Amino acid sequence: MAIESEVLVIGGGLGGLTSALAAAHEGADVRLVSYKQSTLRQASGLVDVLGYTPDGDGPLTNPYEAIPSLPESHPYRKVGVKTVRDALSLFDDAVPTYEGEHTETNALLPTHGGSIKPTARYPAGASAGLASDTRDTLLVGIEEMVDFDAPHVAAHLDATGVPFDVRGETIRFPGDLRADAKVTRYAKLLDTNSEVAVRGRMVPAREALAQRVNPLLEDEERVGFPAILGDDNPGAIRDAVGDHLGVDVFEVPMGPPSLPGLRLEDALFSALDEAGASIETGNPVVDFEGEDRIEKVFIEKNGAKIPNSADQYVLATGGFVGKGVESDRDGVYEPIFDCHVPHAEDRYDWFEGELFGDHEFARYGVATDDDLRPLDASEHSEFENLRAAGSVLGGYDFAAEKSGSGVSIATGYAAGQRAAQEAR
Amino acid sequence: MSDAETPPETEFDPVAPNTGEEFEPVDVFPDSDDFDLRPGADSCYKCSTCDTNCPVAEVDDDFPGPKFQGPEQWRLKQSDDDHDIDDSVMDCSNCMRCDNACPSGVPLSQMHNTARGEYVSEQMDKLSVEYIRNRILANYRTSAFFASKVPRLANFAMNFGPARWVMEKTLGVTSERDFPEFARQTFREWWADRGGQVQSRENARAARKRRGLAEDADKKVAYFHGCYSNYNTPEVGKAMVRVYEEFGYEVVAPEQKCSGTPMFANGMLEDARRHAETNVSSMSELVDEGYHAIASCTSCSMALRQEYPELFDIDGIDKVAENTFEAVEYLRIHEDLKGEVQAADVDGELAEEFAYHAPCHSRNQGLDRQAVELFRDLDGAEIEDVGDSCSGISGTYGWKEEKYEKSMEIGEEMFEHMEHAEGETGMTECPTCAMQMEHGSGYEIRHPLELLEAALVE
Ligand SMILES: Cc1cc2nc3c(=O)[nH]c(=O)nc-3n(C[C@H](O)[C@H](O)[C@H](O)COP(=O)(O)OP(=O)(O)OC[C@H]3O[C@@H](n4cnc5c(N)ncnc54)[C@H](O)[C@@H]3O)c2cc1C
Ligand code: SF4
Ligand code: SF4
Repeated sequence: MAIESEVLVIGGGLGGLTSALAAAHEGADVRLVSYKQSTLRQASGLVDVLGYTPDGDGPLTNPYEAIPSLPESHPYRKVGVKTVRDALSLFDDAVPTYEGEHTETNALLPTHGGSIKPTARYPAGASAGLASDTRDTLLVGIEEMVDFDAPHVAAHLDATGVPFDVRGETIRFPGDLRADAKVTRYAKLLDTNSEVAVRGRMVPAREALAQRVNPLLEDEERVGFPAILGDDNPGAIRDAVGDHLGVDVFEVPMGPPSLPGLRLEDALFSALDEAGASIETGNPVVDFEGEDRIEKVFIEKNGAKIPNSADQYVLATGGFVGKGVESDRDGVYEPIFDCHVPHAEDRYDWFEGELFGDHEFARYGVATDDDLRPLDASEHSEFENLRAAGSVLGGYDFAAEKSGSGVSIATGYAAGQRAAQEAR
Repeated sequence: MSDAETPPETEFDPVAPNTGEEFEPVDVFPDSDDFDLRPGADSCYKCSTCDTNCPVAEVDDDFPGPKFQGPEQWRLKQSDDDHDIDDSVMDCSNCMRCDNACPSGVPLSQMHNTARGEYVSEQMDKLSVEYIRNRILANYRTSAFFASKVPRLANFAMNFGPARWVMEKTLGVTSERDFPEFARQTFREWWADRGGQVQSRENARAARKRRGLAEDADKKVAYFHGCYSNYNTPEVGKAMVRVYEEFGYEVVAPEQKCSGTPMFANGMLEDARRHAETNVSSMSELVDEGYHAIASCTSCSMALRQEYPELFDIDGIDKVAENTFEAVEYLRIHEDLKGEVQAADVDGELAEEFAYHAPCHSRNQGLDRQAVELFRDLDGAEIEDVGDSCSGISGTYGWKEEKYEKSMEIGEEMFEHMEHAEGETGMTECPTCAMQMEHGSGYEIRHPLELLEAALVE
């Protein structure tokens, strides 16, 4: 016996979650298996579709218009513009706490580095911070959180020529937390609104935070904090702090570990649960059985290999960071099915001398046909019932183009939907 | 720096990517007093994903979190031989959530277990109240063994107010909690009275005949019942036996001691090893005869599967790990459990709406969704997941006077979800989580095996 389903999705990142969701919406019996947590916890939680062309032109106003002129190898070209749009509507339905669906154009969001970033979807918590909004802005940094130096970020933003005045101030987070407190510690404190000591008096955390900011506020109409305002109830926290201050409050997306990424992951897992899919996380898929078709795959649990079988499979194991693509001295490879990963023979051709140069390896990943089936070295599909989605795919450079989440969502959607249609 | 900056991909070469390749087993105790703080530390690239999972760091200002306890502490130790283990490692509850998080396969809980072992062995005062208290809590089996001889007296004495006050004042065991009740008849007494293995063989054969299977089919499992289902909740053990027999499995209940879970969490690796030796030796013999080891407590299966081979080097230890399964998981793999549950229904006492909590140690084995996904198809019962927070008790952690408040704070989210859930009966696989659920909500708590029994066994 084996654990059975119609569609088996391998990988629990943005690509895998969207695949599984799309397949479940098609009515398939879906099972998602994932090893560890996805790169979402490290990403900003913003959903970029396309911010710059591969040649570096941009920021792009309308990402969809630019898609047809991308190189043919690009995953967006494989699935087509319509699919990218459909995939984003699936995302919009699944994650109602995100905004941006009202327009085709990219929104411009301030980042924790003080730059402005073109993005297609953003958490509701970031929306009062849009750079196109002309209200004057106060950014508030937390002394203990060195990743967000508010005056510095404000100066950077100002230098980009934003249409508003922006200032940065730094406060001590109420409650005397340890200097390297985890973001989840701040979030929990605000979620539960537990009392903290402020100058000898016990005050609920949300109010205490507002009290710290209040004297610093001049006539700004909005206040931005690093993204630490709660895990379970971010909306209520923003409202409470905003009410105390009489302004709109927003969060600036942060680097790893990222609460917006974590919240997004939670939202997608709940949507998947609601759609009736089975989910198993914690153990890797390590092996498979089959020749032209994959018959079953094996999940390893402490030495035991547990068979899982399905009619159709989706490979969404991520790129170098997610562990879907790996490299050693001899080359670059995909570790589960050993799908072919095109790459330069010579290791020295993989990257450029400059740290942020145009590195080949950034585009490494499996190549597919238009149906997202991975191709072998002679361009035949590796397996008839395997599709690939997300950053395991090659042919694009998410960091340079600002297209990471968009590609994962679009290809995840296409792979999941097609897998389900074929399994039915 | 832009937020989508290219991560340092080239330098990042994890030790255990997608595993399949194994770590060299390291024996940290007791042959060497050189507690090896694993090479896995080098694969940490400081993404802090582990820190976002730690329930203790979320509520405890003094706890620096898993990244510090594991990889950073090792780096410190490597650069400075005299660097002592930081005493904060004793605040880690060994929920092992961080283990599940790390994208680059750093064996965090193993590092914490090792560090605790070193701390307790080399830095902790063996005459301190804390050490004695921890040792008593960790050796629950011993207390339970004596208590079970006089269950009524023990039930009374353990929860006798003045005695509990003294325990709190002198030993630091919180008086907020009720000690679990001891059963009048232990699981093993029941098992022996019922006719042990011989009876089980007969029952299994009869079931196989009913099901049209070959009567001599080779279906047999060795039950690791653990302390709790033996002394406190024998109904779970009985359900396990009856469900397995119903599927035609012959059950044996070999000699066994505590799984060691509470000992790992208290750095008592020497105690844990003694118990592990007995368990591994009896289970590995059975594995050679074609048995699989089955546990109904998810911390027990976790110990046998993961902590043993990570910490000890005992003959047969890997074989036992590979052949250990959680009770419901095994049936999902080997039987059409889903189909049988779909075709079944329950009425009577267990026709209930259950508020289900997945224990951290089931999460780590990828079993956190199992009960909800299985029982949502069962007629007559409903099951609702009460969220992914930790229950907060983490075995002995929530029994310590100084940790009680934190333990309740961690559990708060679960209590709230339980309150909002439709059902007023709880369900979980872990006996200490059950204790916490009951304590925080007043609900009665059942084990999935009990519901399976009600659905599948007449
Ligand atoms: C630091 C950082 C910042 C980013 N910032 C942005 C941003 O601002 N905007 C944006 O749009 N995008 C951003 N991205 C990119 C975006 O987050 C990713 O492109 C996208 O989330 C990738 O999703 P994925 O599902 O393809 O892969 P991943 O998220 O990598 O998920 C892969 C999953 O597969 C699992 N897996 C791997 N091997 C196995 C196996 N053998 N068996 C089972 N499971 C396995 C992994 O455990 C993991 O859960 C950023 C990424 C990073 C790393
Ligand atoms: S085992 Fe649990 S308590 Fe300990 S560091 Fe890891 S996540 Fe935190
Ligand atoms: S999750 Fe792993 S790599 Fe990231 S900080 Fe923790 S141990 Fe290091």
